[in-house]
Amino acid sequence: MTTPTPSTDLAPVLSIRGGALAFGARTLWSGLDLEVRAGEFIAVLGANGTGKTSLLKAMLGEQRLAAGEVLVDGHPAHRGHRRIGYIPQQKIVAPGTPLRGRDLVMLGVNGHRYGPPITTRADRERVDALLAAVGAAHYADQPLGSLSGGEQQRLRVAQSLADDPALLLCDEPLMSLDLHHQRGVSELIDARRRDHATAVVFVTHDVNPVLGMVDRVLYLAHGAFTIGAPDEVLRSDVLSGLYGTPVDVIRTHGRVVVVGAPEGDHHHEVVA
Amino acid sequence: MITVDWATYAQLLGLVQNSIIAAAVLGVVGGLIGVFVMQRDMAFAVHGISELSFAGAAAALLLGVNVVAGSIVGSLIAAAIIGVLGARARERNSIIGVLMPFGLGLGILFLALYPGRSGNKFGLLTGQIISVDLPQLRLLLALSVVVLVALVIIWRPLAFDSLDPEVASARGVPGRTLSIVFMVLLGLTVAVSVQVIGALLVLALLVTPAAAALRVSASPVLVPLLSMVFGLVSAVGGILLALGGSLPISPYITTISFAIYLVCRLLERRLKGGASRRPRTPALAEVAR
Repeated sequence: MTTPTPSTDLAPVLSIRGGALAFGARTLWSGLDLEVRAGEFIAVLGANGTGKTSLLKAMLGEQRLAAGEVLVDGHPAHRGHRRIGYIPQQKIVAPGTPLRGRDLVMLGVNGHRYGPPITTRADRERVDALLAAVGAAHYADQPLGSLSGGEQQRLRVAQSLADDPALLLCDEPLMSLDLHHQRGVSELIDARRRDHATAVVFVTHDVNPVLGMVDRVLYLAHGAFTIGAPDEVLRSDVLSGLYGTPVDVIRTHGRVVVVGAPEGDHHHEVVA
Repeated sequence: MITVDWATYAQLLGLVQNSIIAAAVLGVVGGLIGVFVMQRDMAFAVHGISELSFAGAAAALLLGVNVVAGSIVGSLIAAAIIGVLGARARERNSIIGVLMPFGLGLGILFLALYPGRSGNKFGLLTGQIISVDLPQLRLLLALSVVVLVALVIIWRPLAFDSLDPEVASARGVPGRTLSIVFMVLLGLTVAVSVQVIGALLVLALLVTPAAAALRVSASPVLVPLLSMVFGLVSAVGGILLALGGSLPISPYITTISFAIYLVCRLLERRLKGGASRRPRTPALAEVAR
């Protein structure tokens, strides 16, 4: 066992050593070493079924790895880590769900606390500050179900920042948003890591909306992976080597498109 | 015209004082737990639990043991089965669909075998609060208070898990444990309700008030408060109205509860102006008004 290292600016916020993910006899990947430092933006790319979300769940302490360890702030990952913020993908909210925008953020602030549900002034002020920080204050009193996907995801960002996280884990947060809102939400996340040196791990099937923000890419393919700067990874020769079959990475109009990845379902063509 | 003899009414009121207190507390607890029943989409589960609770109570009647205890045992068995086997909504509904007629049939069998008065029999299906004796009333009250206190303690994590389970889990809220605790609390509430309003009408106190409150508000403070008030008014109002006539209490409770729901639906139309779209800006909202 390792001894917990004291948290300093130099220590990685997140480190995975010898990580392996397996479902039954099927191993998705193994030997994964990854260190994420404060303020770093890591994009996790790959087709469906390559274990992107499971990797994120392992960081949240909700998924057991077949081998290796995940350390957050120098300690083994565990559920409910107060220094982790989590942003899920946007989902349909049933109309009539008794939740307004500000209530969603409030759940992030005090939803885990037991005891009489009395909202303190400090909680209220925290929620107001979070809402203001993501520009959601003017629609915060509307029922969540009546808000657009982009508006909901802004609230998700506010919710994830409730405990001033050192690590922000994002699971397809831009899915089903239009381009305008994709930019708005990803800029919020990027601003957070620039202003507060919050490390970001960003799972996505499309790297383009965050291409200008990403420091490193973790690209998961079938049974293999590669890590590096976007320009080192998103290249025809690198991905061809990763997949073991010719793959073309096309750069056009500032976008990256991967063509010919083998395991791809049809929308894999726009994977990265 | 129903004529009410006020002297007699006052006398009756004294006699049923304890029943009124029990009904009031149940109205409050039912209204509160109903909010979570709606959030977790478990209205059908409430009905399923109440039928097994009825079977338990009928068995207790037949065996000559405490009916409330029998009702609780039936409730908890149903809650456990639904909680363990029915994690997903679709599975849950099929399991409840299977359990419900079985429980009801079992209960009817026990009642058929029971040699005592028939008034006791139908009481379990349609309500019998007035005929519950004092020790049992105390037991009902104690149960209600236990549920109330437990609900208040787990309120926020339970709401988090009900409304936003993925993030709640990431934030360390123990969804599985909370779900089991909730099923137990729901089972206890149903057992109490079966005694007050009857197995067939439990939904009037455990679902209708919360459903009505949700029509007129999305506030996490206002919805439980309104639901509580609606439950209280239905339960106590039902008893007070029934005392003046010769009809049973339950139809009064269900009718008041339903009337409140109808009014809330009408209010919802007024509040939202018939449009489902929200105004984009405050200025537009003023114009729309």
